[in-house]
Amino acid sequence: MILAAERLDIGYRRTKIGHGIDLDIREGEVLCLLGPNGGGKTTLMKTLLGLLPALGGTVKLRGRDIASFSRAELAKIVGYVPQAGTNFFPFNVIDIVLMGRVAHIGLFASPGKKDVATAERALAALGIAHLRDRVYTEISGGERQLALIARALAQEPQLLVMDEPTASLDFGNQLRVLDQITALARRGMAVVLSTHDPDHVFLCGDRAALLRDGRLVALGPPSLVITEEALAALYGVAVEVVELPDHQTHTAVPARGRKPFAR
Amino acid sequence: MKRSLAVDIGLPLGLLILLCIGAFAVGQFPVSPHDLFAVLWARISGSASGVAPTVDAVIWHVRLPRIAAAVLVGAALAGAGSTYQGLFRNPLVSPDILGVAAGAGLGAVFGIFLSVSIITVEVLAFAGGLGAVAVVYLIGTAMRGRDPILVLVLAGVAMGTLLGAAIALVKVFADPYNQLPAITFWLLGSLTAVTLPDLAAAVPAILVGLVPLYLLRWRMNVMTLGEEEARSLGVNTTLLRFLFIAGATLITSAAVSISGIIGWIGLIIPHVARLIAGPEFSRLLPVSMLMGAAYLLLVDTLARTMATIEIPIGVLTAFIGAPFFLWLLASSRRGWQ
Repeated sequence: MILAAERLDIGYRRTKIGHGIDLDIREGEVLCLLGPNGGGKTTLMKTLLGLLPALGGTVKLRGRDIASFSRAELAKIVGYVPQAGTNFFPFNVIDIVLMGRVAHIGLFASPGKKDVATAERALAALGIAHLRDRVYTEISGGERQLALIARALAQEPQLLVMDEPTASLDFGNQLRVLDQITALARRGMAVVLSTHDPDHVFLCGDRAALLRDGRLVALGPPSLVITEEALAALYGVAVEVVELPDHQTHTAVPARGRKPFAR
Repeated sequence: MKRSLAVDIGLPLGLLILLCIGAFAVGQFPVSPHDLFAVLWARISGSASGVAPTVDAVIWHVRLPRIAAAVLVGAALAGAGSTYQGLFRNPLVSPDILGVAAGAGLGAVFGIFLSVSIITVEVLAFAGGLGAVAVVYLIGTAMRGRDPILVLVLAGVAMGTLLGAAIALVKVFADPYNQLPAITFWLLGSLTAVTLPDLAAAVPAILVGLVPLYLLRWRMNVMTLGEEEARSLGVNTTLLRFLFIAGATLITSAAVSISGIIGWIGLIIPHVARLIAGPEFSRLLPVSMLMGAAYLLLVDTLARTMATIEIPIGVLTAFIGAPFFLWLLASSRRGWQ
C-alpha cells in the first residue's frame, strides 16, 4: 500500500465538503474516482496531494502522515497531472517536462544532462519524443495532456494523481491517454484519476471509487461497483450497463425514455 | 528551434552600444565621434586629448551621468517587469503592480512638499516604494487560504489607489508656483537631475536585488506554472515568491528613486523580449534588461534633443511604447495564447 486515507474529512478552510473517507491505493493499480460535479473528487485529490490540509482524519503516504512531508519530499513520491490547457508562457515541451525535475535539482541550480536524459526518457515512454522541441502552447490538447504526464513521470514518482486526464480530448486521444495510463500501471505505478465517463473506468480502472455529496458510496472492481442502480443514484439518470460480447468489457449506455429507479 | 544565446544577447547589446555612442554625440552641444574617441582615449591612456576642455566637461559631467542613468533605470525596470510578469503569470503586469511606484511617488512628493534636499527626496522615494510593497505583502500573507497571487494583486490595486489619493492631497496643499511643477515633473519621470553620486547609491541596491533573480532563474520558470502546479512539483512557493518580490521591489524602488515614475518600460519591454528570446527566464532576464536599457536611452536622448524644452520621459515612453505594443500585439501570434 502506498497511500491510505483514514476517516478523512476534506474541504476548504471552514467549509467541509466530504466526511469519513476511507481509501487506500496500491502499487500497480488504477483507482478511478467517479461522481457528479460537486461530489468532492477534486477536493479529495487535492487533499491526497497535500495541497489542501485534511480537516479531519489522516492521509498517510508510505505509512507517514502527509502533513509532515516537505513539498520536495512529497514531489519525489507523488506526481500530479493537472488538466491540460491552462495558459502557459510558450515554453518548449522539453522545458515543461524538465520542470518535473525541480524537486531533484538544487535551489540555485539548473537542470543538467542527467535531468535532460530523464525528461527525454519520459517523453519516449509516452511515445511523444518527436514533440521535444515543439512549443507547448501550439500542440494539440491530447499532446499537451501527454506532455503533462511526461512531466509527472520525470519526477520519478511512485503515485500519479490525475485530474480528469481525458477531459476535453477527442475520442482518439482519450483512448491513447487511457492506454498510456494502463501501461504505466502495468509497470508498477499507482494511479488515481478522476473521470466523468463510466466507460473509461471499465477500460482502465482496477478499482472504482464512487463519490457523492462528499461521501464514498462504493469502492471496488468496476464491474461490481458500477451498476445501473449506482449510476442512477450518482447522476439521477437512467442508464443500462451492458456486457459486451467478449464477456470482459462493460459499457454504460443511456436508457432513454425510462425514469431513474424504474426497476 | 531556438537561436543561440549569443545572438539573443549580442543583438540588443550591440544596439545598446551604438545608442550609447549616439547619445554621447547628440545634444545642445554636439560632440563629433572623433572628439568623443579622443577624449575616451585620453582618459584610458592618461595623455592629453587635444580637445577643448568644454567638450571634455560635456562628455564627463553632462552626458555620462545621464546616459548611465538611462541604461541603469531602463535595465532595472525591464528586469523587474519580467520578474513580476512571470510571478503573476500575466503580461499586463508592470513593476508597479504591488504599489512600488505609488509608494515611491508619495515619498518623493512629500519630500518636495517639505522642501528637503534632493538626496532626501530620493531616500524618501526609495523608502516609500519598499514600504508600500511590504504592507501589500503583509496583507497578502495575512489572508491565508485564498489564492495568494490574487490577494496580492487586489491588495496592490487598493494600495495604489490609496497612495494615489494621498499624492493628490499633498498636491492640493503644495505651493502652485514652486512645488507643484517639481511634483508633476517627478511624477512623469526625468533623468535631468541625476548625478553620479545618485547612481553610486542606486547601483548597490539594484545589484543586491538582482542576486535572487539570477540565482533562482530556473526556479522562476516553474513559478510561472502557477501556485498549485509549482507546489505539486515540489517548490516552496511561499519562500520563492517572497524572494522574487523582495528582489524585484528593491530594484524598482532604487530605479524610481532617482528617475521618478517612468511608465511602460517594465510593461512592454519584457513582452517584446519574450517574443525574441522566449519565456525561459535565464534568457529572458538578460535580454529584457539590455532591451530596457537601450529603449530608455533612446527615449531619453529623444526627450532632450527633440524640442527646445525637455519633454518628460514618461510622456515619450507612452507615446512610443503604446502604439508599438499594439502593433506587436496585432502582428505576432507567439508570446501569449
